[in-house]
Amino acid sequence: MRASSSTEAIAAAGGGARRLRLPLVGRRLDGEAESGLKRAHFRDKGVAYLLLAPQMFVLLLFFFIPSVRALIQAFQLTDPFGATTQWVGFQNFRELFQSGVYWASLQVTVVFTLAQNALTLSVALVLAFATNHIARGRGAYRTILLLPYAIAPAIAGIMLAFLFNPRVGPVAQMLQATGFDWDPTKTSGHALALIVMAASWKHICYNYIFLVAALLSVPHSILESAYMDGAGPIQRFLRIQIPMVAPTLFFLVVINFVYGLFETFAIVDATTRGGPAGATSILVYKVYLDGFVTLDLGASAAQSVVLMILALALTYAQFKFVERRVNYSV
Amino acid sequence: MNERTPILDAVCHLILLAGALLVCLPIYFVIVTGSMSQQEIMRVPISWLPSNQFFANVRTVFANADFGRLLLNSFIVAVGIAVGKLSVSVIAAFAVTYFRFPFRIAAFWLVFMSLMLPIEVRIVPTYESAANVALPLNLVGQWLGITALVDLDWNMVNTYPGLILPLIASATATFLFRQFFLTVPDELCEAARIDGATPMQFFRLILLPLSRSNFVALAIILFLLGWNQYLWPLLLTTDQSMATAVIGLKKLMPQSDSLPTWHLLMNAAFLTMLPPIIVILALQRWFVKGLVDSGK
Repeated sequence: MRASSSTEAIAAAGGGARRLRLPLVGRRLDGEAESGLKRAHFRDKGVAYLLLAPQMFVLLLFFFIPSVRALIQAFQLTDPFGATTQWVGFQNFRELFQSGVYWASLQVTVVFTLAQNALTLSVALVLAFATNHIARGRGAYRTILLLPYAIAPAIAGIMLAFLFNPRVGPVAQMLQATGFDWDPTKTSGHALALIVMAASWKHICYNYIFLVAALLSVPHSILESAYMDGAGPIQRFLRIQIPMVAPTLFFLVVINFVYGLFETFAIVDATTRGGPAGATSILVYKVYLDGFVTLDLGASAAQSVVLMILALALTYAQFKFVERRVNYSV
Repeated sequence: MNERTPILDAVCHLILLAGALLVCLPIYFVIVTGSMSQQEIMRVPISWLPSNQFFANVRTVFANADFGRLLLNSFIVAVGIAVGKLSVSVIAAFAVTYFRFPFRIAAFWLVFMSLMLPIEVRIVPTYESAANVALPLNLVGQWLGITALVDLDWNMVNTYPGLILPLIASATATFLFRQFFLTVPDELCEAARIDGATPMQFFRLILLPLSRSNFVALAIILFLLGWNQYLWPLLLTTDQSMATAVIGLKKLMPQSDSLPTWHLLMNAAFLTMLPPIIVILALQRWFVKGLVDSGK
């Protein structure tokens, strides 16, 4: 990976964010005729509408209508066969927040996303530091460390479920040989540890790629002057490189939360199926259970709305990052 | 800098080797257990070396779990998502960056709102939309009192469009193309217009060739994303012959009340992860650049 490509991307993303704000604030920052429009442009309205039509059509059918319906259903009560529907106001939300099962699921989700985030980021940081430090063999290590990106989350879950299976799993057998009573099908802490490991195994590579790119883009002159002042490699990493790549770290923390909250359904379903006794039933898993297994549609829709709010908050944090990233001029 | 740090160098190599080992160990065991027989898999402690049943297991997986069909389905869905999303996105991005038209900014915001809500959070109503694509027409019909519209019913469950289209409904690729188009020099478009090029000629002859590396990188990422989908195909394929390979694996998971056929599951898992691994190894250079650029 060359440093130039990532800095270009950073510049592009920063420029995008600045233009993105424009329609809201109604100001013109860079003297453009209109935000996000090329100075040299066309005026064929018909062609433009035709070009936009396919995207708008797909979005309408499978994004806007479902999102609006999720909002509406959150305030309705529908019986499992869909025969009757009535308005119930905030009752679904009241029931949701009074339900001990939901709070338990929320608690599991918080522990899971925090643990997954910490494990993923710290391992990726150590690996990125090591890659940045060595002179030879970078390409070979990177090729291997990238492999999990290609592997489906469900397969990552299956693989770890096998390795740690208390009856047949080789790693579980080693643990048991040391006298440790490992059993994720019975002990909730073990099950949670298992999905944290599976989720991190799959996601470390993503953090790693971004960190390696960011470390490469730290100006060499700064590192060199620190070296002249007598700072060793580890000191330079902790005192200069980490602060310089802080915006990337922030971005990765947000992305890891998005991943942990929304993209780990497959891992949970393939590894523990939310068990034992709901110990690994994270929020996205519970939306699925209530919507498709127990058919409690109102509760599921209310949970969807809560998740939507979380997703919007994280998107906002991400846009904040894009703005900050350009200020650092790394 | 002419720094010599032999100890730290060795430690770094050890760290990276340990990381590589952690990545490879689960994959190694997929191959080892995928080559075992039912007796060998039940032995305690389990062997750490491969056995000789690999191809026998492949035959069983193809015969009993219909994996040939499932791999074909995965391929169709992954290519469909990549091609569909790229083509829809590139023209939409062209429209919002290169055309002045009424409601341009409104259109821009409508498209980019979809960046914010992943399919997992609106899964039930999205499923209902796919179960009857004519649903919005039904509602309009109810409102206007036209029974012909109310009775319309177009079910996408167990079809390729049902597996593909809802996953195209997001603006990630549109956003990336827009960002790229904004960096293209204005002079190119001015020159094309002076030479009398129509918008579509400019698009086809200048903009598309310039976007080639973005296309390749995004195509790889979208292919991997499509191949590895889980929740959506799980919901949308009740008919086993329309399932994807990843969903086929779920059906092979050992149940507590039957003989644990881990060897077949692992064999099928190996077949399922092979195509994406080949793609990522063969096209790594493109893919890494695309990943960092798109932030996806």
